[in-house]
Amino acid sequence: MKIAREDIVHLASLSNFSLSDQEIESLGKDLEDIIGYISQLNELNTDDIEPTYQVFEMENVWRPDEIIVQEAERESLLALTKEEKDHQIKVPKVL
Amino acid sequence: MKTANKKVTAERLVRDALEKAKHFADYNIFTFLNEEGAIKKAREIDAKIAKGEEVGRLAGVPYALKDNFLSREGETTASAHILEGFVSPIEATAVKKIEAEGAIMIGRTNLDAFAHGSSTENSYFGPTLNSHDKNCVAGGSSGGSAVAVALDIVEFATGTDTGGSIRQPAAFNGIYGLKPTYGTISRYGVVAMASSTDCIGFFTKTPEDMDLLMSITSGQDSKDMTTLPDYYNEDSEMSSLADISSLRVGVIKDFDNESVDEEIRGALKKKCELLKSKGCEIVELEMPSLKYALAAYYIIVPAEIASNLSRYDGVRYGFRAEDSEDLDGLYENTRSEGFMPENKRRIMIGNFVLSSGFYDAYFLKAAKARTLIINEYEKAFSKCDFILTPVSPNPAFKLGEKINDPVAMYLEDMMSVSLNLAGVPGLAIPAGKNKTGLPLGLQLVGPRRSDKKIIEFAKELI
Repeated sequence: MKIAREDIVHLASLSNFSLSDQEIESLGKDLEDIIGYISQLNELNTDDIEPTYQVFEMENVWRPDEIIVQEAERESLLALTKEEKDHQIKVPKVL
Repeated sequence: MKTANKKVTAERLVRDALEKAKHFADYNIFTFLNEEGAIKKAREIDAKIAKGEEVGRLAGVPYALKDNFLSREGETTASAHILEGFVSPIEATAVKKIEAEGAIMIGRTNLDAFAHGSSTENSYFGPTLNSHDKNCVAGGSSGGSAVAVALDIVEFATGTDTGGSIRQPAAFNGIYGLKPTYGTISRYGVVAMASSTDCIGFFTKTPEDMDLLMSITSGQDSKDMTTLPDYYNEDSEMSSLADISSLRVGVIKDFDNESVDEEIRGALKKKCELLKSKGCEIVELEMPSLKYALAAYYIIVPAEIASNLSRYDGVRYGFRAEDSEDLDGLYENTRSEGFMPENKRRIMIGNFVLSSGFYDAYFLKAAKARTLIINEYEKAFSKCDFILTPVSPNPAFKLGEKINDPVAMYLEDMMSVSLNLAGVPGLAIPAGKNKTGLPLGLQLVGPRRSDKKIIEFAKELI
């Protein structure tokens, strides 16, 4: 399957990263190879087969309605960010 | 497992392990050595032993931690640039359980960044070398953990197995590696790759050690709602092995062809002969859907990766790209610089198979293929108690041989991924060496929750 350059760029933007020209070329070729490989699934007859997303088919696993105190405290979580101001995480302008 | 006592102190065990780790530095096994922390813990255990206080079942045992397990000691990076500098404020449940029994982490081990890979060459810190041949790969993604055990630096190491990341490096280095039944050990505090197939497991030198670690770490965790109630420590039909002469062992016909290395097929035949001599019946199985497991896997897993890795944005922790003009730019620059090429490939494939025009043709199709694979395993286990197959189509390959060909690298996983899709357990066992001295590995597969039986049965295959 041939993938157009703009499709590669679009996929990268959906993935929230950008690619250099060299990456567009190399990843583009890799993606074509990979999609070519996974497309062999078309050979498999899956008529009337239900999909599986989770092997134990679990649903609604309940826990007691109690407050759970997290072991990570606010201070230690804030210490992980690169920029902090007044106990807030600082980022560049949003708009 | 050698635990500490009054004669052999925990400090001695830990110092020996640290010394060996340094001796083998050129293998690039560790991303962090926990010298201070490990010695401090060892002394605490020795003080308890001196006072005659109770110490755990792993008292003073040095172990290696795959670097995608969160613990407060050292940075947890998952060998990825984007997690650089991340010192976890929480601890994985598995880490908590083994350390409560006295095990001491002497270092964090190298992996393919975010466990994306089958050779440990995709690490931001460079590849780990094979324990038996430095020109060959360690296997992956848990390459560092496997080599740490194979070179006898530590008694055991932790691993994660999403599609073979414990079993294949175990096979490449001639040791035991278990991927338990899905949901046996809590995934809480482990860097997520693909939530529906990720499993926590171990590398050991003996089945007995594996059994001990499983009995310590299995069980339900309110912090991981996919964990199963502890079946491992319960006496049941699933945990006790029947008389060996009554057992039927399946071999998969579809894997007995030239796509699999001749010496590996030879090793499988030899083990089958051994089993026959003990009275086991060998059953030939036809499992035609397994041929499609790899394609289904490389749709489902990238889809889950694309979702799980969307959290890495440079805002709250880890690496943050500098000089971004606005918030979107910060995300984009951080992710562009912070991910390895293989991370990007998988995220893009994931977003491709999940996009509206392709969802039915790829993701939904793969989810249906998964059902067929599960059904095929169920059918197989109505005809046999265990399945014995190769772990990978070949022994360890040369460094650099497959790194530029992602499909060739993915094909490494063709015999391991179906277990993860089906949620069934598999134990990699050593099966001798090839002519050039590289280890050969096989895997014992059983129905869900048969982990204890598999480990028991592995003792018969030594």
